[in-house]
Amino acid sequence: MPLLMPLLVAALLFSIGAYGVLVRRNAILVLMSVELMLNAVNLNLVAFDVWLRDALLSGQVFTLFVITIAAAEVGLGLAIVLLVFRNRETSQLDLLTELREEPSDPAGVGTAAR
Amino acid sequence: MIPVVVAILAPALAALLGLGAGRRFPRLVVPVAIAGSAVAFLAALVLAARAISSAPLHDRLTGPTVPTGTFPFGLDVRLDGLAALVSVAVAAVALAVQVYSTAYLKGDPRYSSYAALVSLFTAAMMLVVFADDLLVLLVGWEVMGVCSYFLIGHHWEQEGARAGAVKAFVVTRLGDVGFLFGIFTLAASVKSFDIERVQAAALHGQISQSTATVATLLLLCGVVGKSAQFPLHTWLPDAMAGPTPVSALIHAATMVAAGIYLVARLYDVFLLAPSTLAVMAVIAAITMLGAALAALAQDDIKRVLAYSTVSQLAYMLAALAVGSAGAAAFHLLTHAAFKALLFLAAGSVIHAVGTNLMRDMGGLRRAMPVTFVTMTVGLAALAGLPPFSGFFSKEAVLAAAEHAARGEGPVATWAAWLVLVTGLLTVGITAAYATRLWLMTFFHEARGPVSPHEASPAMRWPLLVLAVPATLLGAVGLRSSWLPGWLGLDESLRPGAVTAALSVLLAVAGAVSVALVWRRAPATDPSGRLGRFRPAFARAFYVDELYDRVAVRPVRSAARAVLWTDDEVVAAGSLGSGRCAGRAGALLQLTQRGNVQAYLTGVLAGIVLLAVGVVTLT
Repeated sequence: MPLLMPLLVAALLFSIGAYGVLVRRNAILVLMSVELMLNAVNLNLVAFDVWLRDALLSGQVFTLFVITIAAAEVGLGLAIVLLVFRNRETSQLDLLTELREEPSDPAGVGTAAR
Repeated sequence: MIPVVVAILAPALAALLGLGAGRRFPRLVVPVAIAGSAVAFLAALVLAARAISSAPLHDRLTGPTVPTGTFPFGLDVRLDGLAALVSVAVAAVALAVQVYSTAYLKGDPRYSSYAALVSLFTAAMMLVVFADDLLVLLVGWEVMGVCSYFLIGHHWEQEGARAGAVKAFVVTRLGDVGFLFGIFTLAASVKSFDIERVQAAALHGQISQSTATVATLLLLCGVVGKSAQFPLHTWLPDAMAGPTPVSALIHAATMVAAGIYLVARLYDVFLLAPSTLAVMAVIAAITMLGAALAALAQDDIKRVLAYSTVSQLAYMLAALAVGSAGAAAFHLLTHAAFKALLFLAAGSVIHAVGTNLMRDMGGLRRAMPVTFVTMTVGLAALAGLPPFSGFFSKEAVLAAAEHAARGEGPVATWAAWLVLVTGLLTVGITAAYATRLWLMTFFHEARGPVSPHEASPAMRWPLLVLAVPATLLGAVGLRSSWLPGWLGLDESLRPGAVTAALSVLLAVAGAVSVALVWRRAPATDPSGRLGRFRPAFARAFYVDELYDRVAVRPVRSAARAVLWTDDEVVAAGSLGSGRCAGRAGALLQLTQRGNVQAYLTGVLAGIVLLAVGVVTLT
């Protein structure tokens, strides 16, 4: 099987995932998009593993690791989203801007020197 | 040689005690200060007795040597006739001033530090007198300057006292820079700071004429500053803001004479440089005449005496310029006596009347007989009337000038003629201003609001004691085995017939003309007859104004420019860079909106850019 097909699919998947992460406002959809990106990576790993005929099958082993970590990550992420929703009654990412820097008076800098 | 060490250390010890414990034990201040001066006086008397009995005396005590890396300097003292006699004058005036101050500054809150500083000054002057090493002498010289500064500023609550103290310090410091380099020049040529060796090198021709000229001209800067000669004379009249006893001790009798003393000490070096002697003659001529004219129009009694001090110091410098160290020393000694007397008497008048201004005095003859008589003696000596001391010493100076004018001196004859003519003229003017002071202070009716009283005994006795040398000291110059012999000099200090007759004539003429002017309107100032010259004389020919224009104001504006640069360039630069960083930070702050997805977009864009860059550029 040519390598190109799975790589194209993986690139497509990754792009869809990246697009979802950057654009979607719902935190859960963002998490799902992250899963898409991870799966694109998995697809790459498996494809290259086959293409290189790796004796140790390290690509497939990595894929299993990534799946495990992705499961844990989704669990943790969903818990965070749940807590955020409980606290703020929203899981819209563009409304969660508590950590932004408040604009301060730029001229106030250095006036203490006088 | 022990009395020498005692004479230096006793007042120094008194000063240390006074400064250290004077505040805690105020009752000890007066005894300690007087004891220090008295011990120094006794030691100086012993030294003078030795100097007189075994003249010409020359003795030295070699102290420890201090290595400096190049030429070491030694803490040596030396004793000769000049040092012994000057030390007696210093100690006598210091003792008189200490006794006098107990009454004059009675109840002064800073009396303890005052007395200690006077003691410290006495010790420093003794060090200058006895030091046999130029660097040790310089130490004493500078300590005197500092004491002078502190004592002029004794009443530092007054603006005039502060300004006068700073002016005295800055102006004398200007001269001291030259002085320091003069010492270095001499030391570099002789390879030693030792005065004895410098003198010996000068005598044996080991100093070239050019080196001697440079060194003596530089030393002359310091002398001109310390001895208040033109063009650095302006500090002395302003130094009169200090207490009057201080003016008597420091600014009349001793410290200002230190410059003259130094020239006399290094006289063999100065004799190698005829051009320096000519410069000295010109400076002396300008100073003696100008200061005497300025004294003629002063209203403040202390400023009259200050200008007269400047003028009399110029006589000493003139004597040195025309080659007579003996006449200079003679006039130094008699001047110390009669000028200290005059200042202390003036202090007694000021204490009684409560003002310095002569137009508010008058008629004090009856109220203050002792002050009147002693001041008359002092003024007669100042005016150079025979048989008072000032006559003989001034005649010695004029005789030396006449001698040099006949081509027998070390200086060019034109310089000697200049000194002789201005010296004779100044005799007449000196008599005129002395008469004016005498008449305005003691005669006619009292013009002041307070009724004056005679001074207390502690102030009267120093006057009476100082009046004795002011009257009689002139006699020591009459025989060549007396003062010239004690100094180890081979010259005559007797008055010359022609100059004596001329100067007595001029002195009488000056005195009589002022008296005639005064008789017409006894209540007014005789100097009013000077007409349009009076403001110029009263402002001392606008030298202060000239310096204000030429030096003070440019320096002030330069200082303001520096301040402006510091404020507007240096500080503004650092503040501006701080503000710039702040503004740039604020710009960056605009991107921190808190939207995680926006950040991520940025990160991704960056990665893409990097990747594209890596691919296209490699």
